[in-house]
Amino acid sequence: MQTTINHHWQRFTLKQKLARYSVYLVIVVAMIQSIRTVEVIPEFFYDAPEQMMDLFSRMWPMEWTYYPISIHGAIIETLNIATLGTLLTLIFAIPLALMNASNISKSLWSHWIARFFLVSSRSVNSLVWALLFVSIFGPGVIAGVLAIAFRSIGFIGKLLAEALEEVDMGSVEALQATGASPMSVLLKGYWPQVLPAFFSIILFRWDINVRESAVLGLVGAGGIGVVLNDSMNLFQWQRVSVALFAIFMVVILAEIVVVNIRKKLI
Amino acid sequence: MTTTAGIADTQTLLSIRGLQKEYVAGNPILKGIDIDITEQGIIAIIGPSGTGKSTLLRCINRLIDPTQGEILLEQQDLSKARGKQLRTLRRKIGMVFQEYNLVERLSVIENVLTGRLGYMSAWKAWRRNFSQEDINTAFELLEAVGLAEHAKKRADSLSGGQRQRVGIARAVMQNPRVLLADEPTSSLDPKTAVEIMELLERFALEKNIPALVNIHDVKLARRYAKRMIGMSDGVVIYDGPPEGITDDHLKQIYGGESWLV
Amino acid sequence: MARLTPTSSHENPFRGSWLVRSIWLLAAGYLIYSINAMDLKWSRIQDGMGHAGTMLDRMFPPNFSRWELLLSGLAESLEIAIIASIVGIILSLFLGLFSARNFMPNWVSIPMRGFIALCRTFHPVIIAILFVKSVGFGPLAGILTLIVASIGFIAKLFAEAIEEISLKQVEAIRATGAGFASIILFSVMPQVFARFIGFSTYQLDSNLRNSTMIGIVGAGGLGGTLFSAFQRFDYDFVSAILITIIALIMFGEFLSNIVRRIFR
Repeated sequence: MQTTINHHWQRFTLKQKLARYSVYLVIVVAMIQSIRTVEVIPEFFYDAPEQMMDLFSRMWPMEWTYYPISIHGAIIETLNIATLGTLLTLIFAIPLALMNASNISKSLWSHWIARFFLVSSRSVNSLVWALLFVSIFGPGVIAGVLAIAFRSIGFIGKLLAEALEEVDMGSVEALQATGASPMSVLLKGYWPQVLPAFFSIILFRWDINVRESAVLGLVGAGGIGVVLNDSMNLFQWQRVSVALFAIFMVVILAEIVVVNIRKKLI
Repeated sequence: MTTTAGIADTQTLLSIRGLQKEYVAGNPILKGIDIDITEQGIIAIIGPSGTGKSTLLRCINRLIDPTQGEILLEQQDLSKARGKQLRTLRRKIGMVFQEYNLVERLSVIENVLTGRLGYMSAWKAWRRNFSQEDINTAFELLEAVGLAEHAKKRADSLSGGQRQRVGIARAVMQNPRVLLADEPTSSLDPKTAVEIMELLERFALEKNIPALVNIHDVKLARRYAKRMIGMSDGVVIYDGPPEGITDDHLKQIYGGESWLV
Repeated sequence: MARLTPTSSHENPFRGSWLVRSIWLLAAGYLIYSINAMDLKWSRIQDGMGHAGTMLDRMFPPNFSRWELLLSGLAESLEIAIIASIVGIILSLFLGLFSARNFMPNWVSIPMRGFIALCRTFHPVIIAILFVKSVGFGPLAGILTLIVASIGFIAKLFAEAIEEISLKQVEAIRATGAGFASIILFSVMPQVFARFIGFSTYQLDSNLRNSTMIGIVGAGGLGGTLFSAFQRFDYDFVSAILITIIALIMFGEFLSNIVRRIFR
């Protein structure tokens, strides 16, 4: 007489199942609750496609003659804001990354202070930073550069700290054993190892910053955003589309530059 | 170089007294080590894994902080040194690692020159402003270990045995008073292991310095060591010439007979 | 200084490389040029520091007295972020699948990829402005904006993840005679699900951040509250709002980490 044993297979343990289902549940509840409370006028929702087509028709054809007058200079300014901002960030981001990396700064205190600055910098959007700096320094490029710089500190600092923590500590140990000063160990042990990651992070952030710089002008912080804002306020949609096209081209250009530099580095 | 008991203290190069280390309170790895080192040549430290050999070596150059005890290098106490004093003492100790620990992205010659970092300012190191004398010495050391033609290559393009030779050149570059080698041959094939031991012995004798070598392979140790220290469970079981080690000693150190065959 | 004395002489292998020197020169030159071109004068910066001092004074202590306004703005931002993320994720599942080159013929995947790329090109603020101009002020514009932003990110990465899967597993399931849906469920999904959760939580986080900002151009949420506070020079209210935003985002990051761990 043969008996078969019914084995029970399940992919996840009970605890895991519960956890997964509760996440799904929370998502569904959040979704339902949000739809109920959000203030959306249904007519506007149904009207949307028609309204958008109307807008796009007003943006065509593009007014190309507008380009050399206002746009070209503004685009150059945008690129400068992005580049200068990214360079400025390094002054703050590098020390904060060193303070945040647990293999370099042993003190818990410095770790949490650095963490605080890095998280705050990331949580405040560059547009909001721009608002802040425009209130302080007035409209113009300074506000833009500082906004980009302050926002990027958190991004670059965090990624750099992670790269520093992944360094092979063996070579660091060997340099310490030769009696090298902590600074020498940093420069000769850590730096050569994070070099590729460092440039990769900076290029990555510069690319994002070009996009961000383009809109800072909407709150007055310089660049093509100012031109965009002015033409929109005057309902000159055909100029708006030229400005948008210019932004599009600059973003693509920046991507091409970044991809090519990456290839040369690797 | 022999010393008589009376003047032993003033001529003792390295002196370890009552060294203890516990990573977890109440569970010491090193339970009181006393060793005096006066002679040149290879001093092999044998013992099973986990017995504290690596901890012992790393306490000497303070890569690990001892819980208790003294480590005197030419009469100066390493266990209490800090900051600049510690670094000045460290540069007198050259260390060779099991995993070579070279800076992979730097060139071979630059790796050798990092042996001088204890003598240079960070600024000079950053700008690679090594003195001509140091550069010449580094090249000569590379020739001595047989790697002169690889000088400008990146360190990670070398084989394991070649990397270890660079590691040795780096350690000797410090012009150290003592060499420490933490299982330098454990990651290498038998033939290369012998080459490395040859190099260590050669340098130790040429420079008249002791080389403390942690080693698993008892046969290899016997072949090159002038003195053997056997450790077991955090204490020194045997300390004397290689001829004096008997199978009984080995059983006490390693436990069990099957591997002796 | 203890030194070994060498007997031979070798040339210094570290002679400054012209490449490195020219890069430093380029960087220095650029700094000088850009500072000039943008007319950055030290006097302006100094003035600004003075203003910064006064502003910081007025920003502290933060004023939470208008907390109802704060709370409604916060709720709106949350609603926008949640709805946009969920709809965006669902749409991205399909769009990503349809733009994977190893699953779909070219005449389907290429236009799909183009559409996704378009979604990514513009900054969410610009997209927000376009939606505000076409569907009016309020959270609807915000939701639509962030759906577009989500698609641009998730669908692209999802497509790439699908393209990287091991086709052997797909073949194996196909060999059992399973239908298309089953193939997707049992061979594609298990491989890419973990990464998919990764990008989805990242995008939820990103949408949360963006939802607090697009209000500046009228697309609903805390951004609008913040903008009006700035315009009225209510700096102590501004700092209260900023603190709320930072707290919200930190909370969002915390939740994302939990979700990621659950689905690992």
